[in-house]
Amino acid sequence: MSISRREFLKIAGITTALGLGGATALDRLRGKLLEAAEYKRPEDALKAKHWAMVVDVGLLRSGEDYKRAIDACHRAHNVPNIGNPKDEVKWIWTDTYEHTFPGTGYKHMTEAVEEKPFLLLCNHCENPPCVKVCPTKATFKRKSDGIVMMDFHRCIGCRYCMAACPFGARSFNWRDPRPFIKEETINKEFPTRAIGVVEKCNFCEERLAKGLMPACVEAVKDTGALLFGDLEDPESPVREVLRSKFTIRRKPELGTQPSVYYVIGGSENA
Amino acid sequence: MLEKALTGSKRYWIWVFFLLAVMGAGTLAYLRQMSVGLGITGLSRDVSWGLYIGQFTFLVGVAASAVMLVLPYYLHNFKEFAKITILGEFLAVASVVMCLLFIFVDLGQPMRIMNVILHPAPNSVMFWDAMVLNGYLFLNILVGWTVLGAERKDVPPPKWIKPFIYLSIAWAPSIHTVTAFLYSGLPGRHYWLTAIMAARFLASAFSGGPSLLIILALIVRKYTSFDPGKQAIQTLGKIVTYFMLTNVFFLGLEAFTAFYSGIPGHAHPFLYLFTGLEGHTKLVPIMWMSIILALVALVLLVNPATRKNERTLAVAAAATFLSLWIDKGFGLIIGGFVPNMFESVTDYWPTAPETLITLGVWATGLLILTVLYKVAVTVKEEMA
Amino acid sequence: MQDGGKIIVGLLIFVGLATLPFYYNLGAPMAKPDPKIDTPVIKELAEKKCVETKAFMRGGHMKLLNDWRDSALRNDLWVYVNAEGKSHAIGLQRTCMNCHSNKKKFCDECHNYMAVKPYCWNCHIEPKEKEI
Repeated sequence: MSISRREFLKIAGITTALGLGGATALDRLRGKLLEAAEYKRPEDALKAKHWAMVVDVGLLRSGEDYKRAIDACHRAHNVPNIGNPKDEVKWIWTDTYEHTFPGTGYKHMTEAVEEKPFLLLCNHCENPPCVKVCPTKATFKRKSDGIVMMDFHRCIGCRYCMAACPFGARSFNWRDPRPFIKEETINKEFPTRAIGVVEKCNFCEERLAKGLMPACVEAVKDTGALLFGDLEDPESPVREVLRSKFTIRRKPELGTQPSVYYVIGGSENA
Repeated sequence: MLEKALTGSKRYWIWVFFLLAVMGAGTLAYLRQMSVGLGITGLSRDVSWGLYIGQFTFLVGVAASAVMLVLPYYLHNFKEFAKITILGEFLAVASVVMCLLFIFVDLGQPMRIMNVILHPAPNSVMFWDAMVLNGYLFLNILVGWTVLGAERKDVPPPKWIKPFIYLSIAWAPSIHTVTAFLYSGLPGRHYWLTAIMAARFLASAFSGGPSLLIILALIVRKYTSFDPGKQAIQTLGKIVTYFMLTNVFFLGLEAFTAFYSGIPGHAHPFLYLFTGLEGHTKLVPIMWMSIILALVALVLLVNPATRKNERTLAVAAAATFLSLWIDKGFGLIIGGFVPNMFESVTDYWPTAPETLITLGVWATGLLILTVLYKVAVTVKEEMA
Repeated sequence: MQDGGKIIVGLLIFVGLATLPFYYNLGAPMAKPDPKIDTPVIKELAEKKCVETKAFMRGGHMKLLNDWRDSALRNDLWVYVNAEGKSHAIGLQRTCMNCHSNKKKFCDECHNYMAVKPYCWNCHIEPKEKEI
């Protein structure tokens, strides 16, 4: 039997490709694991067609209030405290009017609005550019309630979503976050993230599934500064505020349709 | 034919082992990055893409430039390029491999890279970029190897390769258009939200790639007995000239819209890059170096005497390549991230490990280029 | 065969290296995995039943967890109704690890034996194990 080197390599290559391809195809076709099992929504979960938030910083009385909201979120979700602005991870934070709504400020603006810090977080846009660009659908807009979700298991850490987000809402785990989470205050009910994935506010979807309001909303409940509800429900707290007070959203000209509304001025501590 | 890369002069082996050493150093740095995280680079929450993605962007352009040799020869029978289309195709192979490596080293979870195939996202330009780049890699390996193999056997290439060649001609500009779409489809970043991003990319690709080819052709002529041909090099020079003029013109167009419109958001990235913003002037010297190199290159290219003289042409080619490397491989990316989405400035500069990994990837690409060129040149030397 | 000697020797070395994982641990003493299910929470259970049967879990817990993840995260369905019709809250930490709170004596037993290193616990917090 005489076979040329070229022939031999061709046969070996095709056989390998068929073998690997066949094995993969069989694996995919194996299908559902258990016929009898099913999945359903928990009974006490909060339901909405389109979760939205209204932020009225005019109702926040002091730096303490801001801190309560931020700490509640970062504690509930084991957000690491990296300690430097380069690698920092944050789901909710404060910044000035000019940085929250760039290009809209002007000379002789109401001092109260100019100086009062705003609370910034993911806007859970209706038309999110971050979802559009994700190459693995690791970030996606959940059809059931409109929350822009992160699947940390699937994220490959390409950070395209960070480039796409016009609001700078996303953080990346430039290092392993575990050493930067305090052992004593870690929330055992919620996982941490691993190195190399992107994270951001998730509208507390895990709390909503248990019938609880988001952590930040709950933390400053007494001030009423953060309201959360279903935008599609005319009776919800958010729709009530939208009816009575004028609100703006960040960078509306980009068409992303944010779901976080900001009341500007007019409140007690504004 | 690969065995032809296993024999060579002392100079060849010194070069190969030098590249292997740089690859080794880059690998060690990458292992450190894998364990500590991308935090060892200069990247930050505000500037989340930097040198790696910049190099990827620049090299997609270099890869696409193979079409500048293939199109004139296969579509218009431009005989002067007959001998050197293989140099363009093999440069494309080496460039695309470098592109894929730069993406890989930039990922936070590289082990999950197959998720792009397992969970395809047709809405994402990045998904398409991954597909078209791999397709282009396959095309160039196929076409280059088949045509070279036929040359070695002293027969015309098989007829079935023709459709693949025509496909590669259409594919080349599209890979770079898709890469431009990565940037020009994002709503929030002023520096990138421009309709002419793809046009700029193609103009800089078709001046940067051929200028590298000029240098490579001169090196090949100097160190081997294969002569790419004076005419071919001159034509490449003319291609570089016209596309570089177009590229600089496009940059002017961008600057005009940014500044004449008076919209602050549009002007800020330009100001950061070329004059500094809020006291941050880190990138200003190198951005102006890019401009000066471009002007020097254009003077040497437009003037027929200096273009015809191969020594000054080489200088012009090097200046073009370097100018575009700074502009596209660095400035373009940083300009999109500074100022950030809150209109404040965060600086970026690559760290030492980041630079080492980058050099490691370049060394890998150069090694592939060396090996492929050695094969091609040896075949041509034997057939001559 | 030209260079037959070198080729045969080379092939033998290749086969030796390629099959190394199979014979590397030959003969080494390795205890059969003995996952312990005597955690405090399991001891309190009236019916000592897991979410699914032991036979199913042994081979299928990996896929079940994947299905759980997709159902909870992507479809917002946080309750799993098992083959017997019993409902369980979906969650590695709050359901699985609630009963099986002894990672070292349970999860790790089989995983170490099979030399697999699932990276679940890079993120999902393992319960602190009390020395029983």
